[in-house]
This record gives sequence, C-alpha cells and structure tokens, in this order.
Amino acid sequence: MASALTGERAAELRGFSSAQRLAYECAEAVAARLRPGVTEREAARMQRDWLRARGVRDWFHLPFAWFGDRTAFTGFRIPLQFFPTNRRLEEGMPFILDLAPVHRGFPADVGYSGCLGPGPHPLHDKLLADLQAHRELLLREVRERRPLREIYEDVDRLMVRQGYENRHRAYPFGVIAHKIGRVSDRRWSPHVLGFGTQALKGLASDALHGHRDGWSPLWSPYRFSDHPPRPGLWAVEPHLGFRGTGAKFEEILVVTDSGDPAESAFWLDDDLPHVRRWAKGA
Amino acid sequence: MSLQSVPSVPSPSGRPVEVRERRVRTGGIELCVAELGDPRRPTVLLVHGYPDSKEVWSQVAERLAERFHVVLYDVRGHGGSTAPKPLRGGFTLEKLTDDFLAVADAVSPDRPVHLVGHDWGSVQGWEFVTVRRTKGRIASFTSMSGPSLDHFGHWIKRRMTRPTPRALGQLLGQGAKSWYVYLLHTPVLPELAWRGPLGRRWPKILDRFEKVPPARADAGGTGSAGAYPTASLPEDAAHGAWLYRDNINARLRRPRADAHAHVPVQLITPTGDAFLSERLYDDLERWVPQLVRRTLPAKHWVPRTRPDQLAFWITEFVSAHEPEPESAKDGDGGDDAAGDAVAVGPAGKARRESRARRARDLVASGPYGERFGGQLVLVTGAASGIGRATAFAFAESGARVVVVDRDGEGTARTAEMARLIGAPRAWAETVDVGDEEAMEKLAEKVAAEYGTVDVLVNNAGIGLSGPFLDTTSEDWKKVLDVNLWGVIHGCRIFGGQMAARGQGGHIVNTASAAAYQPSRALPAYSTSKAAVLMLSECLRAELAGQGIGVSAICPGFVNTAITSTARFTGVSAEEEKRRRKRTARLYGLRNYPPEKVADAILRAVVRNEAVVPVTPEARGARLLSRFAPRTLRAIARLEPPL
Repeated sequence: MASALTGERAAELRGFSSAQRLAYECAEAVAARLRPGVTEREAARMQRDWLRARGVRDWFHLPFAWFGDRTAFTGFRIPLQFFPTNRRLEEGMPFILDLAPVHRGFPADVGYSGCLGPGPHPLHDKLLADLQAHRELLLREVRERRPLREIYEDVDRLMVRQGYENRHRAYPFGVIAHKIGRVSDRRWSPHVLGFGTQALKGLASDALHGHRDGWSPLWSPYRFSDHPPRPGLWAVEPHLGFRGTGAKFEEILVVTDSGDPAESAFWLDDDLPHVRRWAKGA
Repeated sequence: MSLQSVPSVPSPSGRPVEVRERRVRTGGIELCVAELGDPRRPTVLLVHGYPDSKEVWSQVAERLAERFHVVLYDVRGHGGSTAPKPLRGGFTLEKLTDDFLAVADAVSPDRPVHLVGHDWGSVQGWEFVTVRRTKGRIASFTSMSGPSLDHFGHWIKRRMTRPTPRALGQLLGQGAKSWYVYLLHTPVLPELAWRGPLGRRWPKILDRFEKVPPARADAGGTGSAGAYPTASLPEDAAHGAWLYRDNINARLRRPRADAHAHVPVQLITPTGDAFLSERLYDDLERWVPQLVRRTLPAKHWVPRTRPDQLAFWITEFVSAHEPEPESAKDGDGGDDAAGDAVAVGPAGKARRESRARRARDLVASGPYGERFGGQLVLVTGAASGIGRATAFAFAESGARVVVVDRDGEGTARTAEMARLIGAPRAWAETVDVGDEEAMEKLAEKVAAEYGTVDVLVNNAGIGLSGPFLDTTSEDWKKVLDVNLWGVIHGCRIFGGQMAARGQGGHIVNTASAAAYQPSRALPAYSTSKAAVLMLSECLRAELAGQGIGVSAICPGFVNTAITSTARFTGVSAEEEKRRRKRTARLYGLRNYPPEKVADAILRAVVRNEAVVPVTPEARGARLLSRFAPRTLRAIARLEPPL
C-alpha cells in the first residue's frame, strides 16, 4: 500500500500511526492499573499524566473515563455528563477510556473498552466481539463510496439486529466519526470544554470549507452527512450499548481518492488491542 | 414411636409418593409426623399455620418429595397430634421449639433440616431460627405469611416512637388487618364459634374469600392426605386460639432484642394477603444477614393456591444451601451435618462464601427480580423491537423466557442475549403466531418441556397503512392474521393452560394508541388493535376470578422495526419504499425507545393494570378519547406528513 503513496504522505501516516499507538499504549497501561475504588476523575488524570510524561502537550480532547452504566451513557442528557465524575470502579464493572492526545502535531483519538477483574465477563465479551462486524461493515461500505449518512443507517440497523442500542448517537451531533487532521505544534495549547483549541480550529475550518462544497467533517445521521466519504483521516467510533453496559472502539480510517477499492480506504493500523483480541478469538 | 403406612398419594409426575406416618413423643404430648421421599436426601420440614393441619402442605409436599426427604407434622393440639393439658400456657413458643427439635432429631438426627413455615408455622419458624439452642439443626428457612413476633414488636415500637404520617398509616393498616387477633383473645367465644357454625362453614368461607377450593379425599384420587380442610378443623382451630393467647401479648410487649436469624432466610410475601401488610418486612435486613425476598401475587393461603411456584422457590433455595452434590453423595453427610454454624477453617470459609454467592445469585439484579425470579415468560414477536426489549427485561428479572417469532435468526439472538443478562434459561422458537396449528404445537412443546407459562406477552404485530378503499382483502387478512388472530391463538391456547393449572398468571396483549385514536392513514391496523384492546378487556373480566390478570399495552410511536416492514397500500413499490424510509426516519427522530415500553409492560404485570398507554402521545390520545373525542376525530382527518 505504501508503495502507492508518495513519501511525504507515508511519513504523515507514520506520524498518525505512532500517535495512535502511543494512545493505545496509554489506554492499556492505565487499564492495567485500574483497581476497585478508582474514580473516573483519577482514571482520567492517570491518562493525562502518562501521556504528559511522554511529551504530549496538546489534546484533540482531554481524556475521558466512563465506568459502569456510564459506559452506555445511561441517562445522559447534556454534554457536560461526558466529563469524568467521582463514580468508583467496582469488580466486574465495564469501563471505557477515551483519549485523544496530539503527539508532535499528529492527533490520535482512541477508545478502549474493558471490564475490571479476571472475569469471566460474558456480556462484555459479547459486545466487544460484536464490534468486529461493525468495523468490517464500515470499511466495506466506505470502499463502496456509499453516502456517509446511509452507512450510518446501516450501522444502526446492524446494531438493532444485534439487539443493541446505538450509543454514539449520544455524542455531540450524534456522530459515529469525525475528521482529524494535523495541528501546528504550539508552546501554548489551551483547551475549551475539554477540546483543544487547535483541534477545534481545524474542525471549524473543515466545517466551513465543507459547507461550501457540500460535505461535513462530522459523520452524523443528518442531512449534512449525505455525501460520499471525503478523503482524509476519520476517527471512527461505533459505540454499542446494552442495558447498562457499553463498549466501543475508536481508531483512524484513512480515506483516499484512489480508484482502487483496497487503497480507497483502509484502517491506519491493524495492530490494535481490539483487533488482536478478535484474531485471538477467531 | 410407631411407623405405619398410609395410602400413598400420586405425585404431579404421576408416580405415587409413599406417605409414612409416625408418632413422636415429647413433653407429655404425641406429635403426628408424616414423611415423604427418600430419607437419604436433604430434609425439608414443613410447618403449618392456623387454622390448619399438616394437610395444608399436601400439594407442595408431593412436588418436593421427588427431590427431598419431606417431613410434615401436626403442631400440638392440631390434627393427629395430642393437645397439652392444661391448654393455657401449653402453646408458648418455647414449647413449640421443643416440639420442633424433637421432630428434627427423630427424622434427621445427624443433618440440619431445611425449615419451611406458613402463617403460624412461619411465626414458629422465626422463633426456631432466632434462638440459640437450634443452632446447627437448621440449614435454611423459607418464611411465608408469618412474621417473627419479636421483629413485629420492634416494628410497632419503632413506629410508635417516631409517629410520622407514614408510620401511623402503616400501624393503622396492619392494626385493621389484625381484627381476628383481637377476637381470638376473647375467652370461650372463639371456641364456641369454631366448634359451632364457623367450623361448619369454614370450607365455604375459604373458597369464597380466599379462593381456596376445598379438596375432598375422594376427589381426583388424591388419597387421604389430599382432603382439605380436614375433619379435625373445628378442634384444631379451637385449640390453636391458645397460640395467640399464649404468645402475642407477651412477645409484642417485650420483644427480644437478640432475635437475629442464624440461618439464611427466604421470605415469600403474598401481595394480596388480607391479614399481613407487606410493610411488616421493611426492616428485616436488620435481623437477617442473608435474606432473599420473593413476592407472589396471591392471597394468604399460598400453599394451596400456588404450590408450583412455592415448590420451585423452595427447591432452588434449599439446593443453594446444601453442600455440593458430590459431598452429599459420598456418605450420610457426617461432616456436612453441622452446616453453616460450625464450618470452620479455610475450607469451611470457602464453602460459606461460595454458598453466600449462590444465594445472592438466586435473585436477579433487575428491578422486579423478587417477583419474576424463575417464572416462565413467553413473548411473541420477540426477534426485535418491543418484544425483544420485553424478553430482555424479564430476563434481567431472572425469569425463564421463551422467545417466539417468525424470524429464526432474531429469536436465536434474543435468546442468546437473554441468557447473558440473567435468564436462567431461554429458548428460541420460530413460529408464525397467525398459524393456529403451529401455535398448538408450540403450546404442547412448551407445556411438556418448559412448564406452564406464568406470563404470556402477545406482542407480535405488523403495520399496514393506506386508505381503506385501497386496502385489498388480502391485505386485511394478513394484518388480522398476525395482529388479531395471533393474540386470539395465544390467549386461547396458553391462557387455557394457565386457567387449567389454576395457579394464576398474567397475559399482556400489545394493542396500540391506534386502538382508540382513529386515523385515515391506518384503518386496518387500528381496527385490529382496537379488537385486541377490547379482547383484553373482556378476557380480563373473564379470568379475574382465577387470579389471571390481563393487560393491554398501548405504546404509541416507538422506534422499532415495525416501520421498515410495514405495508403501504395504494402506492407503487417505489413510493412504498420511500414512505417506509420516511416513516422510519420520523420514528427515529421521535426516538422513543422500546426499552421504556418493556418497563411499562413489567410494571403493568406487577400492578395488574388494565390498559396502559405508554408514550406521552398515547396518554394524551387516551385522555382525549374519553373527554374530547371530537378532537380525536378532527386529528383523524389529517393526512400524515409522509
């Protein structure tokens, strides 16, 4: 695949890829340190500290942590409820770590789902396993150049068939994915409501351009997403919910303008915890 | 001690169960003890209440005898047991404890027994499990309709010392329900009444007010143990008045402060009990460290009216508090004999912990786990939408679910997920509810393999939209087959089984807000649903006397797959597809989740509600249909925005 890309492009993808790996490493390291009694705030702080110690200065968004039925966004009405609370982790509770560090100007946005304790956690395992079908469906339909809104609806239908609730609907604008792009590496990187200003600036400028050309950096169920996949990098985050248990993954999907289906879209990296998990289970 | 054989009674499975009767001498009296089942099995000891004798348990005992060594005895002064002389002071709880220990030592000398009590049997049971001298002799206690007098005394004291309006209401409520206790404290009169007219009319009174049909010894060949109430009833009731006179005043005035249970307790509360308030058990966690709660929609005499459910819960509870089967098999249980009380060392601790875990697992985590645990629930149309959410909600409450739908893949999925969230068992059945023969076959299979359905949810339905004049008779047939005939078959076949069993149950039919909201867009669908609504109301009236509730659910606009499969008449195939998509989007925007309808269904079963509109628009339309039907007619003329 890399052979078809220009050197510059390959270097850029490598940058994104290493940022994403770093983020997943952080998620795995923090998940391994979670114990009963840890609060969401503490888990979020553990992620921040881990990444700061490895040179992260800016964020697409600050790390989130959700425990228990908050993994399925039970009773969420306003976006402020996404922020970490003092909910304590207990044995057997599901958790999700969602973090988006910017590493050397390359943002990553990843989601890591787990369950505390040695298990077994048959229900959570089932949700995680069923996410695989969504990863395959998303890639297949993006390669077919289906309008994003229709793909969204297909994912929705698959979730309904599996018996789950669509929980990414709870995200701002109900997005299943959003575009992600390079940001300039500044010394001072403030954030507003948990989102880095640089990243917000990028999204806003994409939204402005997209508005003129008829596309949107937000992949939503609404009319503004009724367009074929736009080349670029998309952080895709299907989120399943089932009676108080939630599970998601989030990773970068690369969309290009290539005519070859295999190169028109591909996952940035296939060596990720959830993918390894499926490979082991298969 | 003499052992004599009495005519055997047939068990529910058809095999006769041998009843062995013997007499146990203790404290100057003789107790009549009956035993069923293999004495090597764990012993379950059933204690009857007032005014009763051990025969009140006959149906439960037969069912338990297949798995356990079942022992029943007549309390002193009742049935075949002799009465103490003099009667006054002969019925104190201390003496009743002596009797229990004597029986337990005679029937199960080296293993603790599992105690089950109803009414006064349960009052005694509470005494047995809270006094020290029975430690190590009892493995578990199942209590129904009988509080501990000590707990009751504290319950009253607590409410008297903090007389909030709620506390006073509870006191007055229970005070009114205890009317008969005051009467029993008058001298002589109760005895005269029982030996006279009251005793003669008691079977009829039981039948009329408590729905306990009298069982004759010759009826249905149930043998001598089947007669109920027994001929000895007037004497039993006259003697038993001393249970009240000897204990109530003493205990309620000065309740023991150390009445903590030293065994796991399962509390079964009938919600329709005319003599005991459910609130009596509110503080019970204070006294019982290992408590499992169950509720049962029934009146006071549950051993007669709900034997299947009781046998199921007792079996489950007793099994959870028995040592692992392999250790039970390898001997007469010598080292398990002491049970919880003296299990020491790391092995004992591990065993205790694993038992506590199993006991905790007995009641599901769902909000109605106490009510639906172990019940059999059948849901049609359960491959998606409201049916699936309902199956999940019941599964979460610990019910066993049968998932029925035309869509085999969907049913399998629902059953699989139901098992993951707490259903002890879940089965998928691919059946078209409109097909009578298939439904008959399903009913046979369910009855034979899973049991009688406790809760039936007739939910399967399809959508049909379009002007009446464009609706063909073929379209009509399709919609009525599923929406109406499906419900009729379900109610007739499964409802019939429920009624034949005679132990209550509940039927839920999914109607629709369209059942009372006319609309030019949905003539066929609304007609079918209006029929379901009326059918439910009529059936409710018919089955009310048999303890079977019927509820009609009217959901409204709920985000389910019904929109994407609905048929639109009078338009081209392309237009139909467009309308489906458009409707699905509109319903998606409304986004009322089927889970909320499922919650309403469970609530309707628990509260036995007749008609339940769910979404705000369904409630609004229901209100308008009663108070401003002309408004509804005006709305009916509007063309839907498709």
